[in-house]
Amino acid sequence: MDDKLVIAGHELSSRLFIGTGKFHSHKVIPQVIERSGAQVVTVALRRINLDYPEENMLNYIPKGCIIMPNTSGARNAEEAVRIARIARAACGSNWIKIEVINDNKYLLPDNYETIKATEILAKEGFIVLPYMSPDLIAARRLRDAGAAAVMPLGAPIGTNKGLKARELIKIMIDEIDLPVIVDAGLGRPSHAAEAMELGAAAVLVNTAIATADDPVAMAEAFALAVKGGRMAYLAGMGAVKEFAEASSPLTGFLR
Amino acid sequence: MSFYDVYLKYKGFDFNDFLSSVTDSQIMKILSKEKLNALDFLALLSDKAKEYLEPMAIKARQLTLKNFGRAILLYTPLYLSNYCVNQCAYCGFNCKNKIARKKLSLDEVRKEAQAIASTGLKHILILTGESRKHTPVSYIKDCVKVLRDYFSSISIEVYPLDTAEYAELIEAGVDGLTLYQETYDQEVYMEVHIKGPKRDYRYRLDAPERACIASMRSVNIGALLGLNDWHKDAFFTGLHASYLQDKYPDVEISVSLPRLRPHFGNFAPKFTVSDKDLVQIMLAIRLFLPRAGITISTRERPQLRDNLIGLGVTRLSAGSSTQVGGHAIEDKGDGQFDIADTRSVVQIRDMLYSKGFQPVFKDWQAI
Repeated sequence: MDDKLVIAGHELSSRLFIGTGKFHSHKVIPQVIERSGAQVVTVALRRINLDYPEENMLNYIPKGCIIMPNTSGARNAEEAVRIARIARAACGSNWIKIEVINDNKYLLPDNYETIKATEILAKEGFIVLPYMSPDLIAARRLRDAGAAAVMPLGAPIGTNKGLKARELIKIMIDEIDLPVIVDAGLGRPSHAAEAMELGAAAVLVNTAIATADDPVAMAEAFALAVKGGRMAYLAGMGAVKEFAEASSPLTGFLR
Repeated sequence: MSFYDVYLKYKGFDFNDFLSSVTDSQIMKILSKEKLNALDFLALLSDKAKEYLEPMAIKARQLTLKNFGRAILLYTPLYLSNYCVNQCAYCGFNCKNKIARKKLSLDEVRKEAQAIASTGLKHILILTGESRKHTPVSYIKDCVKVLRDYFSSISIEVYPLDTAEYAELIEAGVDGLTLYQETYDQEVYMEVHIKGPKRDYRYRLDAPERACIASMRSVNIGALLGLNDWHKDAFFTGLHASYLQDKYPDVEISVSLPRLRPHFGNFAPKFTVSDKDLVQIMLAIRLFLPRAGITISTRERPQLRDNLIGLGVTRLSAGSSTQVGGHAIEDKGDGQFDIADTRSVVQIRDMLYSKGFQPVFKDWQAI
């Protein structure tokens, strides 16, 4: 199946993006990436420690992966823009995941500030992937601002609750002519499969893999689920019906 | 509205009556809830809840892993000065104590910074005794300028400041505040703070909020456990953190759980806080505030600290010294209290790895 995801001209065969926070050790990250087949890996600039090689996460990301720094820690557009510029210099990548969060209790993203940051950074040549609360209008504005994809949350970050925002994400998938990547809240491979069956272009998973007893095996489980979900989406799933349809219809005698 | 108004709401509340009337079914119900209210939290601090430490620990561990993963932030304190104008019954820096007083010069601050930075730590907490005369805001600011060459995150633990002063220090590169109320009980507070500006209970109580107003990135509060009945102080600590979290959602709120330690002087704590009590407090706070950071410092001994990993702790101090100049200066000042965990940064790092956790040396980059 030749099914590529294209983001800003980059062809990706893997539709599973990986986050690098919350792991028990950076050393496990290369194995997670390998077993997941992920080609896009997000890292928090605030965690990048260039002065201490052993603790520098960048040293654990295999060559060939697209590093997508994120603006974790930014509380408004201005901070996100500053972090993005430093991230480009530090990581040598012009991919940026905009994260603007000014609610430390639920960690919900601020769509308004995210749109402002996207507008500035897209003009500066960044490949901008904004993390957002699922909202069609905000997604349209992000598209108009130059986003290369949009990344709505499935459920609040780190909750592992699954596709709680399913209906809103489905509307975005149906209406927005941009890759929709479900980010945050996916706690099980079945959640990822569900997002892919819905038509999501990709999913980004961190907590569910990082905090699993065996993160490497969980990474592979997610990769398989993403592939399965995508294949099902492409295959075209049967319609959901309200009433059972017996193979010998009850009214068959009328024919 | 300030947290003082919340505190006053509980003025006539019969804590002992409430705590002694908590039932098994109440605790079971609380443990099945996703979101706890203030009285649920208080119930988890009761003796009855002590029978449920294991299920509390299981839930606290789940919440901690979910919200913070297997990562623990490491930092170390750097004492700039031990001059103090207060007479606090429980503190080694008490101005009446005949201890060797010292204030670091900027050159000495640089030496200390170099020694700490060589361990790989990027987060630092700078402390002073409470003396505006010896360590004015301008001095703290000068020290911050030196420290910015070495550290990506600088927090302060100094006397309470005005909002404008906090803003000035933030502008200079400070991103975190630690300030302990010591005890939330206003009467006990007046008893143990015998003389000095620290007797102003409300000025101290409102200081974390002033820091939030000034846009401090992270604010860490706590009570010095042992000064008062720990049930009440733990309750008000959690309530204070919750108040700040609700009112300033953009600020990272965390709590510390320091217990009184041996120090220069002869103050004997009226209230003991056992290891079991400390664990109960930490678990209750985690269940009440799933997103709050929790710090356990080197006041606690290694074995206890190691066992708390994964249950709720998100930050540990490492390679600590409470002496002024304790990291690299020969002519040191006396320390504030005795530390119990004297392990080096490398030893703490290895311990965390061995327990399946990642030591985080850098979690913020001031920009």
